[in-house]
Amino acid sequence: MYKIVNKKQLNSSVTMMDIYAPLVAKKAQAGQFIILRVDEDGERIPLTVAGTDKQNGTVKIIFQLVGATTMLLNTKNEGEYIQDFCGPLGTPTNTAGLKKVCIVGGGVGCAIALPIAQKLYEQGCEVHTIIGFRNKDLVILQEEFSKYSKKLTIMTNDGSYGEKGVVTEPLKKAIEDGENYDHVITIGPLVMMKFVVATTKPYGVPTTVSMNPIMIDGTGMCGGCRLTVGGKTKFACVDGPDFNGFEVDFDEAIERSSMYSHFELEAREKHCNLYKKEVN
Amino acid sequence: MAINPKKHEMPTQNAKIRAKNFDEVALGYSEEIAVDEAMRCLNCKNKPCVSACPVNIEIPDFINKIKQNDYEGAYKIITKSSSLPAVCGRVCPQEIQCESKCTLGIKFEPVGIGRLERFVADYHNKNFNGDIELPVSLNKKVAVIGSGPASLTCAGDLAKKGYKVTVFEALHLAGGVLVYGIPEFRLPKSIVKKEVEALKKYGVEVITNVVIGKTLTVDELFEMGYEAVFIGTGAGLPKFMGIPGESLKGVYSANEFLTRSNLMKAYKSDSNTPIMHAKSVAVVGGGNVAMDAARTALRLGAEEVYIIYRRSMEELPARLEEVEHAKEEGIKFEILRKPIEILGYNNPNDKKDSKNGFVKSIKVIKCELGEPDERGRRLPIEIANSEYEIEVDAVIMSIGTSPNPLIKNTTDGLLVNNRGGIVVDENTGKTSKDGVFAGGDAVTGAATVILAMGAGKKAAKAIDEYLKNKQ
Repeated sequence: MYKIVNKKQLNSSVTMMDIYAPLVAKKAQAGQFIILRVDEDGERIPLTVAGTDKQNGTVKIIFQLVGATTMLLNTKNEGEYIQDFCGPLGTPTNTAGLKKVCIVGGGVGCAIALPIAQKLYEQGCEVHTIIGFRNKDLVILQEEFSKYSKKLTIMTNDGSYGEKGVVTEPLKKAIEDGENYDHVITIGPLVMMKFVVATTKPYGVPTTVSMNPIMIDGTGMCGGCRLTVGGKTKFACVDGPDFNGFEVDFDEAIERSSMYSHFELEAREKHCNLYKKEVN
Repeated sequence: MAINPKKHEMPTQNAKIRAKNFDEVALGYSEEIAVDEAMRCLNCKNKPCVSACPVNIEIPDFINKIKQNDYEGAYKIITKSSSLPAVCGRVCPQEIQCESKCTLGIKFEPVGIGRLERFVADYHNKNFNGDIELPVSLNKKVAVIGSGPASLTCAGDLAKKGYKVTVFEALHLAGGVLVYGIPEFRLPKSIVKKEVEALKKYGVEVITNVVIGKTLTVDELFEMGYEAVFIGTGAGLPKFMGIPGESLKGVYSANEFLTRSNLMKAYKSDSNTPIMHAKSVAVVGGGNVAMDAARTALRLGAEEVYIIYRRSMEELPARLEEVEHAKEEGIKFEILRKPIEILGYNNPNDKKDSKNGFVKSIKVIKCELGEPDERGRRLPIEIANSEYEIEVDAVIMSIGTSPNPLIKNTTDGLLVNNRGGIVVDENTGKTSKDGVFAGGDAVTGAATVILAMGAGKKAAKAIDEYLKNKQ
């Protein structure tokens, strides 16, 4: 069992938790993920590591309430325990030698981008960050990103905060204005990453994407997380989650991500109703 | 008394009924049948069955105990050689091992050794509540990586010699392929749990959620005071064929399909784990895993399940009993067929059609058997222009695995062969790295439970010798 030592609501649908898991905390690096189960008979879900406190042995996770399991996780409070917490899995983000990087994050994906921004900053890299959200209420981690970023641009779809528009607009402008990024790292919804890659590709700016497909074991055993990268089958859990964005078949990944959308909808409704009953 | 020429039949659930449930198919011998079957053993002098058993169980001795109604005595004899009797009695391919060499089998059907082993183990699990004899502690720590049959055997043997054994498991539950791979109807999980609990009584500690190569490395295990390490991490990454359409929704690896159903309990109707309840399923491959996947799909509600295998029934590698059970349940065998493409559904008029992107059919080509290759297996040769489509809504690829690179990549000095399997001395399981031993599918590639157990056993013996000499 793994203790929740800290819990904070970042916005109406995103929660942050610090979980006591000293072995994972000791090893986890930016870009890696963990797999957790909330309770016995629960689903195994992958979540990317949003930070670690090696001294206190805790691992930070930030998750959006999107499905039955994340909703169940959100019912757990500080001092309570979750059943399983396994990691760190996947390969760390390769930041070696990078001097000037633009990080592009979308929604809860920003949580994953944060430790990468921190790592780059600490190695003396100039970090520019563009983060996008649907609206003002969903903006998270602004303060944290501003600490590590020389330039921070916040976008909202409806213009209720920061600039109005999508993340690719300021990215394109920056590249055209001659910000010679040696790398772009993007994390967020598949569609967003697809368009970030479409933006950087014509300019030949190397772009790393962080994939988060459906997976079970996280150690290469099931193959459910497979993607086509450069025409070859790759497993996100062991070969990734980071890949060369120019080579990822996004349309296929988007299609595969909907494999269980029908089931998830039903499960979510079932759970929501259960929670409603509990409240009543 | 004349010898009954036939093995006593295994009582089973009716095929039509069992095809719709996940309860165990084979029900096991009653005491009366077991004793009758034991009486068929000639107790011959040269005991060819013993050397045909990968863990060399003293088969005639335990059968003698059954004849005397001393089932606990029989259990003690089996467990001298095997740590997992209830498992082996169920999943061993006895027809190519012990029973294939049975003297009675020359004239008649061989003694039902596997069924008797299962009877003895089940009898013990049901009736025994005495104390076990604990060995004198040697105060030496051994780490075992993985908790499948090779690891559990190695851990059990070492614990019984007095070593302090810790098993590290990556998943949330111990048992490896016995819990994620082999389905409930063939090996109830309560049995695996009991076997693991039995090891814990000998002081084996099981730590779940630790991925060696990620959470900890092999070198760190030595730093933590473990004096020897056994790697029994299993088969690894599922293979795909590399044909068009394998990324369509509805295409699974057998590992994923079975893990969802078994480990993640998707076979239960109230499970949180999603799995496709396909109406028509193609399983590609002919091994035990393919049979398990096919029969699981059937039980999840499929009306048609096809095994697609590129050779003939004679080359089919699955255990005989599983093939027979599968046939009885209505699995269709499309043999001498090779898949060449998986086709997807696409409604050009409705982009939101929920079936878009899902499997629609699998295209196969007929094959005939050619000359034997260097391993003596006849190669399937495609017959030109014989392609046709089989309508299915799910495809399960069960064509083997390739070794997991996690440990190799993080352990200096550990040699692997060109297929990625860990290189070991066959008799000891000793690897190229001092103090590190390995066995099971991580060494051989996908094989059987009992072969993995045999490897775990050899390694335990070698680890004991290694640590004694180290003093």
